[in-house]
Amino acid sequence: MSLTEFFSLSLTAILIENFVLIKFLGICPFLGVSKKVSTAAGMGIAVTFVMAMASALTYVVNTYLLVPFDLQYMQTLAFILLIAALVQLVEMFLQKSVPALYQALGIYLPLITTNCAVLGVAILNVDNGYNFIQSVTYGAMSGVGFLLAIVIFASVRERIAFCEYPKCFDGFPIALVTAALLSMAFMGFQGLNIFG
Amino acid sequence: MWIEILKAALTLGALGLIMGVLLAVASRIFAVHTDERVEQIAALLPGANCGGCGFAGCSAYASAVVRGEASPSACVAGGAAAAQGIAKILGVDVDTRERRVAHVYCSGGDVTARRFQYTGVQSCFAASRVANGPVECTFACLGFGDCVKSCAFDAIHIEAGHAFVDRDRCTGCGKCASTCPRKIIGLIPAAAPISVNCSSRDRGAFVRSVCEAGCIGCTLCVKKCEHDAIHVVDNLARIDYEKCVGCGECLKVCPRGIIREEEILITAASRAEAAL
Repeated sequence: MSLTEFFSLSLTAILIENFVLIKFLGICPFLGVSKKVSTAAGMGIAVTFVMAMASALTYVVNTYLLVPFDLQYMQTLAFILLIAALVQLVEMFLQKSVPALYQALGIYLPLITTNCAVLGVAILNVDNGYNFIQSVTYGAMSGVGFLLAIVIFASVRERIAFCEYPKCFDGFPIALVTAALLSMAFMGFQGLNIFG
Repeated sequence: MWIEILKAALTLGALGLIMGVLLAVASRIFAVHTDERVEQIAALLPGANCGGCGFAGCSAYASAVVRGEASPSACVAGGAAAAQGIAKILGVDVDTRERRVAHVYCSGGDVTARRFQYTGVQSCFAASRVANGPVECTFACLGFGDCVKSCAFDAIHIEAGHAFVDRDRCTGCGKCASTCPRKIIGLIPAAAPISVNCSSRDRGAFVRSVCEAGCIGCTLCVKKCEHDAIHVVDNLARIDYEKCVGCGECLKVCPRGIIREEEILITAASRAEAAL
């Protein structure tokens, strides 16, 4: 993979086709774990890690198991199985090795299991016909896009906590309005689509 | 067609089996030894994560108790029931430490001289920032009720211009003490019979000129005490609750009427009566 290709793929995954703000995938952790920047960053890093791992694993399983056996129609089922097992593994690893991060992520870590962003990246890899390196790059960079979006969103929400807004907007309504404005801002990156 | 179904079922079944074995192995490798008592104790706690115990939350407190870093009776909201349950799980006696309550070391309020009329933000913290507060005595209760707002148990109120603790409701969490910008709220044993209701470390002559209810450091109480339980340090009488037996001799001699039994609301009238 040439450097230009890497750059273009990264730019696409992070900004132009941001998973949260353009594709609207992975909204659950985006809203749930974005009250504090520190936990948002932790969640973003966990998602990035899981997405990169999932991309690699699903590519291998898809290419060497599903395609030879003509089982592409079982893609969704197989990928969900793989991702669930992978997240369990990551959870165990974190609990043992990085207890602080494990505590910070709390109940949100198992949420990655059913996170559509992770399944989404696996399926998009197949649909776009990426090879192994492209898949892992796309997975990791989509995760970075998620990290970027959730950290920006969390810092905005931290500031909103000190603002005055109508009482009826308290909590999720104002968060959704914020997310919508952020999403509109990211729409502007469509203009960067110069590579293809 | 049956071959197709069989193929799909077997492939995914094998995939699931491999993942299962992998997870089983991983759970052995990454096994974390957790003390089951932590979960048992956490189940006993109210789960409100109020932070009254000084830890980040109920589960943090539970693990601290098991590690022996916290007292079984430190849970304020859970009270005696939680303390006994925790002690039972840990197999120790319930900490017989006395219940502590907040106490306001000031009986000034309305009877303390004012330097100026303060009309700004109605909070003790804000008022204390303006030229060191509108009250002449820099150790006096400002009476705007920052402590009242901080109390989750409705146990502290402003009466006659100064804060006053309701000992039946107070749980001793200490929130008011840390909120008070003057730092004149302390924690004393709930059964403490006698208290000196002043915090002024100013000299007697100055105290006399600015407050009718201030300790002037005359040491009459010290001389009267047979149990060596009251001392004047920095122009202020303080009671040593380890030694105090509650005989009440000191409050009889106090010329300012600020040493009182229990937490009685000290007003101008009751003070004058006691000083007689």
